[in-house]
Amino acid sequence: MSRQISIAVIDYGMGNLHSVAKALEHADSQAEVKVTADKQVIASADRVLLPGVGAMRDCMGEMQRLDLVDTIKQAAASKPFLGICIGMQALMTHSEENGGVDCLNIIPGNVERFADDLSDPTASGDEHLKIPHMGWNQVHQQIKHPLWQNIPQNQRFYFVHSYFVVPQSPDPVAGSTVYGHPLCVALAADNIFATQFHPEKSADAGLQLFHNFINWDGSYDSSTCS
Amino acid sequence: MGLAKRIIPCLDVDKGRVVKGVQFVDIRDAGDPVEVARRYNSEGADELTFLDITATHEGRDTIVHVVEQVAGEIFIPLTVGGGIRTVDDVRLMLNAGADKVAINSAAVANPDFVREAAEKFGNQCIVVAIDAKQVAGKSGTDTENETPRWEIFTHGGRKPTGIDAIEWSKKMVSYGAGELLVTSMDNDGVKNGFDLPLTRTISDNVAVPVIASGGVGNLDHLAEGVLEGHADAVLAASIFHFAEYSIAEAKRHMADRGIEVRL
Repeated sequence: MSRQISIAVIDYGMGNLHSVAKALEHADSQAEVKVTADKQVIASADRVLLPGVGAMRDCMGEMQRLDLVDTIKQAAASKPFLGICIGMQALMTHSEENGGVDCLNIIPGNVERFADDLSDPTASGDEHLKIPHMGWNQVHQQIKHPLWQNIPQNQRFYFVHSYFVVPQSPDPVAGSTVYGHPLCVALAADNIFATQFHPEKSADAGLQLFHNFINWDGSYDSSTCS
Repeated sequence: MGLAKRIIPCLDVDKGRVVKGVQFVDIRDAGDPVEVARRYNSEGADELTFLDITATHEGRDTIVHVVEQVAGEIFIPLTVGGGIRTVDDVRLMLNAGADKVAINSAAVANPDFVREAAEKFGNQCIVVAIDAKQVAGKSGTDTENETPRWEIFTHGGRKPTGIDAIEWSKKMVSYGAGELLVTSMDNDGVKNGFDLPLTRTISDNVAVPVIASGGVGNLDHLAEGVLEGHADAVLAASIFHFAEYSIAEAKRHMADRGIEVRL
């Protein structure tokens, strides 16, 4: 009765993808999840998810070693595509991690590290903020987007990261949070969506975002958004 | 508005079963870690920690199955500790679905293990568990006028190492620990609250998040861990296991004390 939707979760050796795969299956019974580094499988999938934990140099290095860069770029240009954490950062032009790493340059902008002396400007005292930014923070939806459907404004999601994206233009910013200062934690550009937080670790809100992704046709008209 | 302080229930697991009885009325099998995890998740736990206390080597495979099962249906961060001694142990747990491992005595025996694990798997998944006892400056002892000092103890608090807890914390962070789980061996099980000076001194001296552990007897203790102990997260076992308080109650209480929590 219901159609299966194939989702290629790109396995480029960056951490365990068990949680991502299980959460996708949990989020929608139509999801047919393939954890894969196979170019054909990625090219023929209905949806592509670029996950990732770890460091950027290893991340880009593994993508190159497995000859996946063009495959990922083609997917990001053609079908519903979701990047998570390092998988979001990899979409940018350049990361300052590991002494500087060129990334996929799909969305113009850079990846920067939190300053060591990060402090909370809203705190009464001088609260020094820890790095990594680890835990549940509120995500402010900057635009209306199919992936935010049924997710309340300022919902908390789970983060763990020391670097964050700084897009060249504010256009692709879909969500933001505050940690010492405002930062972009979700990107939307045509058929691409990306999150700095981990939907697979964000309980019901994360599963809802995955459900929305599985059911997203990749269309997004930025002109209708305020 | 900002990052929430986390509440982390800890489940002690022996041969694949939760020990220290869990008394929930609506739970069919209180010894089943998956059922307990499910319950904590539904109450709003921010993370879960499994501490494998299985003594025998043969019994240890069971924790892997527990992690696999829990990770397959509960989508919040999972930490596994107890008996993590090698890079292979870390890999096994992460592949089973754990997000972080807690390294305890193996870090004391071989600090380079922490560095190796952090380099291989990333700082974010390496928690160093620090079991400390106060050795000077404790009120009611003959050193109460001295500057407070804590030492690392291993073997469940029985074996002193002579290592200063604050220096050790800094060292472990410099070796790549992404988070510290600080347990007061003086307070553990006593239910008089965390060792707040210990927690605060460590938290104020390291750049990474600190989880306070050991001694929680009521909800005010959780709040004090954050407000006075400067902890980024608070861990408790028995007050949740025996259903003295639910996690939802704990969060409401912390929110009432002005602490940012995920409700």
